[in-house]
Amino acid sequence: MKNHILKVEGLTKSFGTNQVLKGIDLDIAPGERIAIIGGSGSGKSTFLRCLNFMETLTTGAIYLDGTRIGRVVGKDGDKESVVYSPRTLCDVRKRVGMVFQQFNLFPHMSVLQNVMEGLVTVLGKSKGEARQIAEAELTKVALHEKLDAFPSQLSGGQQQRVAIARAIAMSPEILLFDEPTSSLDPELVGEVLRTINTLGEEGRTMLLVTHELGFAYRFATRVLFLYDGKIHEQGTAEEIFKNPQSERTRAFIARSSEFSL
Amino acid sequence: MNYQWDFGIIWSSMPVFGRGIVVTIELTLICLVLGLILGMLLSLAQMSRVRALQVAGRSFVEFFRNIPALIQLIWFFYAFPILIGAQLSPFTAAVLGITLNTGAYCAEIYRSGIQSIARGQWEGARAIGMSDKAIFRRIILPQVFDRMLPAFTNRAVEVAKITSLASVLSVHDLMYQGRLLSATYYRPLEILTAVGILYLCIIYPLSFASMMAERHLARKR
Amino acid sequence: MAYEWDFGVVLAQWPLFLKGLGGTLLIAAISIGLGVILGAIIATGRMSRLAWLRIPAGIYVDFYRNTPGIVHFFWFYYALPIVADIRMGPLEAAVLALTTQSASFYCEVFRGAILSLPKGQWEGGAAIGMTRFQTLRRVILPQAALRMVGPFIERTFELIKTTSLASTLAYGELLYSATQISAQTYRPMEVYTVVALIYFCLLFTFSLLARRVERRLTHV
Repeated sequence: MKNHILKVEGLTKSFGTNQVLKGIDLDIAPGERIAIIGGSGSGKSTFLRCLNFMETLTTGAIYLDGTRIGRVVGKDGDKESVVYSPRTLCDVRKRVGMVFQQFNLFPHMSVLQNVMEGLVTVLGKSKGEARQIAEAELTKVALHEKLDAFPSQLSGGQQQRVAIARAIAMSPEILLFDEPTSSLDPELVGEVLRTINTLGEEGRTMLLVTHELGFAYRFATRVLFLYDGKIHEQGTAEEIFKNPQSERTRAFIARSSEFSL
Repeated sequence: MNYQWDFGIIWSSMPVFGRGIVVTIELTLICLVLGLILGMLLSLAQMSRVRALQVAGRSFVEFFRNIPALIQLIWFFYAFPILIGAQLSPFTAAVLGITLNTGAYCAEIYRSGIQSIARGQWEGARAIGMSDKAIFRRIILPQVFDRMLPAFTNRAVEVAKITSLASVLSVHDLMYQGRLLSATYYRPLEILTAVGILYLCIIYPLSFASMMAERHLARKR
Repeated sequence: MAYEWDFGVVLAQWPLFLKGLGGTLLIAAISIGLGVILGAIIATGRMSRLAWLRIPAGIYVDFYRNTPGIVHFFWFYYALPIVADIRMGPLEAAVLALTTQSASFYCEVFRGAILSLPKGQWEGGAAIGMTRFQTLRRVILPQAALRMVGPFIERTFELIKTTSLASTLAYGELLYSATQISAQTYRPMEVYTVVALIYFCLLFTFSLLARRVERRLTHV
């Protein structure tokens, strides 16, 4: 065992009385590219956001490189009370990067400054070094000509590529993509997917929540189908898309892929 | 600090406070209702196609918003009677001053409320052949009303606060009774604190209504 | 109408008007400065995750929002000296009333601007490992500052108008000067019209300037 980089155990998440995630277990090996699919309300985005603690877990544990995140301070029946210090969370987020559906770029900073920000304030790099890294990453996403532009001057696809550059500049061990193309015009989806694909080819560990089933099929080494807050079925892309075991998975794929597969 | 508190004074003054509270509430309601009507007329004037009406409406609003309410009250009590050659009671002068002031603020609420409705709403309604009058009544006003409600309840809070200035003209409102009692009994600490809390009790429900109106609006969007 | 207008007598008292104007500007300036500082402190409390900071700050703001300014002036002048066992002049009482009141409004200006930013901005900072404080300083505040300009000007405008209440404590600002001149000249009509016009010019100029500053700041 112990070849996994990220391990999730008994994860549940409730908002008030509404339980969104109902117990998820998952081991992720380095270099895996995992696509998470499922209908709206299946909890797939919430699950992804738990992995870098954008949402706090209700119960369950997450291990990064074999080390449990957070400090268990007591037990209340079956439920552990865990303290996640702000410092721990910052450390996790340095190692687990995230790209959002809405980009979440900083509108008051230029493209270059957006990518440099974390390098300087979080990793404590010098301005010069940060600039070098940022320029290199922006070149990788083909935006080296837009260094001094502001987010509002870019198309949605360009903004999302800046957001990707901002995330990979931190050299995270794992990258999370939360529906990265859902708020883009159709003609801009391709450029972002190509960028994500390139990152996959570099052997990065990635998790992607998406509605683009065609892309998930070509890209993922493993596909998770979430239904009602649980992993309903998982397997290789071939297994899930071509030969799903469960009727529910089959129905979802048939319904969603009429046009895209 | 070894001050001897005397809260008994507050209880024995309650009837006097009560009379003041009645006047405060009267003044608030009268000025609010009249101000809402005046504000409507002023905003119509500002949006009319007659240039003279626009200018008159605009000037009125600017004038009353750029002068402190207290000055307006004092002007209507001490200066205005000379102009018209007849004495006004303090209450009438206060109603006049506060109403005109409220009208100016309400005019702005109507105006920005109506302007906040997107052009698409007019276009959408015209596209199905509605007349401008019908669009205004059936499409614009209902939306405007929701949007303006928080602003109006906010204004009600301000009006209730402004009425306290009438005490300067010796209108027998809550503030006036408080000043009188505190001077009579030499107990300003207890009396003035009580006055503050009584105002809080009168005004807080209005604030609460305003909060509810805002939430209601946020949910609708 | 047989009334004989005579602005001459009144305008002859211009040094007293000027003195009053000085008094108005003095308490306005002090209260703006102190109110901004106190307001920032209370805003920090109101947005804190610690309930024992958040709740009192909320009560403070609610109290000032729901009570008339004139009560504060009288309370600080007549009541506070009894609790605190200090002597209180009209200037100090007026500044205290104005400062504490404007602090509650400035607090809401600051808080409102910060809350108006989308949650994604906080998440964007968090996702690259920034602490809450780093995100606040580097991401949130630079954007919120621009959104504060308009409401800040509006509140300051209200504060300047509220200074007129200091006259009820016999503090020598514009309105108080006017009552004195009126008593000397027996010309209330002219005096109060003049003082209204002075206020109008003062505030109208202020709002014109403020609008210009606002436009310059928010359209970079």
